[in-house]
Amino acid sequence: MTTLESARPDPEEWELASPAPKGGLAEVFRRRYLLKLVVKRQLAQQYSASVLGFIWSYIQPLIRFLVYYFAVAMVLKAHVDTPHFAIHLFCGLIMVHFFNQTIGAGTRSIWSNRRLVKKMALPREVFPVASVMVAAFHTLPQVIILAIATGIIGFAVDLTGILAGVLALTLITVFGAACALFFSAANVFFRDFQNLIGTITGFMHFMVPMIYSYDRIADSAIGGTVWEEVYLANPVATGVLLLQRCFWSGVVDDPSATLYPDHLMLRGVIMLAVSLVLLVLAQLTFRRLETKFPERL
Amino acid sequence: MTESIVVENVTKSFTMRYHRTLKQMAVARVRGHEISNSFKALDDISFTVQQGEAIGLMGLNGSGKSTLLKLINGVMRPDEGSVLTRGRIAGLIATGAGFHPQLTGRENIYLNAAILGMSEAETRRKYDSIVDFADVGRFLDTPVAAYSSGMSSRLGFAIAIHVESHIFLADEVLAVGDRPFKRKCMARMQEIRDEGRTLFYVSHAPGSVRKMCDRVIVLEQGRVGFDGGVDEGIKFLKYDAGAEDDEPNDDDLGADI
Ligand SMILES: Nc1ncnc2c1ncn2[C@@H]1O[C@H](COP(=O)(O)OP(=O)(O)OP(=O)(O)O)[C@@H](O)[C@H]1O
Ligand SMILES: [Mg+2]
Repeated sequence: MTTLESARPDPEEWELASPAPKGGLAEVFRRRYLLKLVVKRQLAQQYSASVLGFIWSYIQPLIRFLVYYFAVAMVLKAHVDTPHFAIHLFCGLIMVHFFNQTIGAGTRSIWSNRRLVKKMALPREVFPVASVMVAAFHTLPQVIILAIATGIIGFAVDLTGILAGVLALTLITVFGAACALFFSAANVFFRDFQNLIGTITGFMHFMVPMIYSYDRIADSAIGGTVWEEVYLANPVATGVLLLQRCFWSGVVDDPSATLYPDHLMLRGVIMLAVSLVLLVLAQLTFRRLETKFPERL
Repeated sequence: MTESIVVENVTKSFTMRYHRTLKQMAVARVRGHEISNSFKALDDISFTVQQGEAIGLMGLNGSGKSTLLKLINGVMRPDEGSVLTRGRIAGLIATGAGFHPQLTGRENIYLNAAILGMSEAETRRKYDSIVDFADVGRFLDTPVAAYSSGMSSRLGFAIAIHVESHIFLADEVLAVGDRPFKRKCMARMQEIRDEGRTLFYVSHAPGSVRKMCDRVIVLEQGRVGFDGGVDEGIKFLKYDAGAEDDEPNDDDLGADI
């Protein structure tokens, strides 16, 4: 299967082999053209029959931001202790939404492409992987807007901050991919997973330091207890903190106004390592479950 | 001779599930009903096909023909035994190709071709010819969900025949096509056969099998009931009497019963 391009070569040159698609993440990236088509298709589908089209991926985060800012800052006035609350909030929104989109669309990806999965031999990982890429595609413009906004306010560049930002995005991408892969397969068998994920994404906004800052957690009843560790074990929470370490700390002049858990960077790196392990496990699970896809869809 | 398809002791079981929710399952368990039941859709199938052979796969409804084709094209994997194939595979399995209903015909052509292993350049080169063959007219830019079943079969068949494949699978292709299209398909499949590609043709119409194939495999409830000459195979199925005299024309064109 080295050159799929060429016209039909002599059958003798081909090995007798299993016709089942090789699958696996490596195969997905080897067949980049197919991946590109699937990603393009998902993007086109989101904006099909909409007049504003791609502009929606700017309008939606803007509206989300305004609603949260209105409720949390203007009504609840919860922002008074948090300098540059808008940046703090936006960091959280970007990460949470990146994760929610990845896992939400990822979980549904195999099910919603069942017609193709049932009839055609292709590496099925292409669908969850495409969901991750589509979510990343929507996230990037928001990160750019955040960078511009902080640049205007006055962004103090520091190396740790930049690394934290890169780590944040990498962590959520890898963790999101692992979730997408695992739940897309599980969802074929029990559509309950779709609802479970819908519930989790519904409260994710409150389980990360976004509308409140981390010092509130440290001061709260769970501060210093094992429950604080549980709270921080959520990769999305750590991802938000890392992105805040990059952009929010970049605009706050007084470092004492920003509190982070101890060893934030180390936590991030460990979590990335764990997420990579989870990705491998998710891939193995996917491979096992995949054989039953065509008959269960 | 080169072996094209080698099927060895293949078994494929399906699970029939009677209940889906926890409540239903619990109720069934209390009442002592079965919750699920597994049966063998294919049971210890073995055969070898040489490159260039044209096989007519016959059998009653539910005998496992489509399942066997799914194993050969790699969509499904056997539970036991092994399926080995040589070269690229294209074709249509059961009515309706693997299309995405929300995509237009045009988008589906590109996506389907990519899945079948065609590059962007190759698809672009063959695009006009595919569209010509499918002949769905101005519906090319409407979502496939709006196609009639005949139209989506035409499109699927048109893509499949443009793949430079070594093995061509045709399952119920002609079931929904109109007569001119059936004629076109038959002619094209004969070309495919004459090019030395392996042809796997599922049909309930003895006339078309006679015309297309040089060997018949008959499945009987998931087992190979017969494997051999065309006329003997048709006789084995008792498809030779009656039908042909009644509708010689339809038969000729490979109408499914
Ligand atoms: N996904 C599935 N789950 C459970 N049973 C299935 C599934 N797919 C097929 N079967 C069963 O497997 C058996 C063989 O089905 P198959 O579609 O291969 O028959 P066929 O020979 O193609 O029939 P036809 O002539 O009607 O096309 C049937 O009893 C069918 O009910
Ligand atoms: Mg069938």
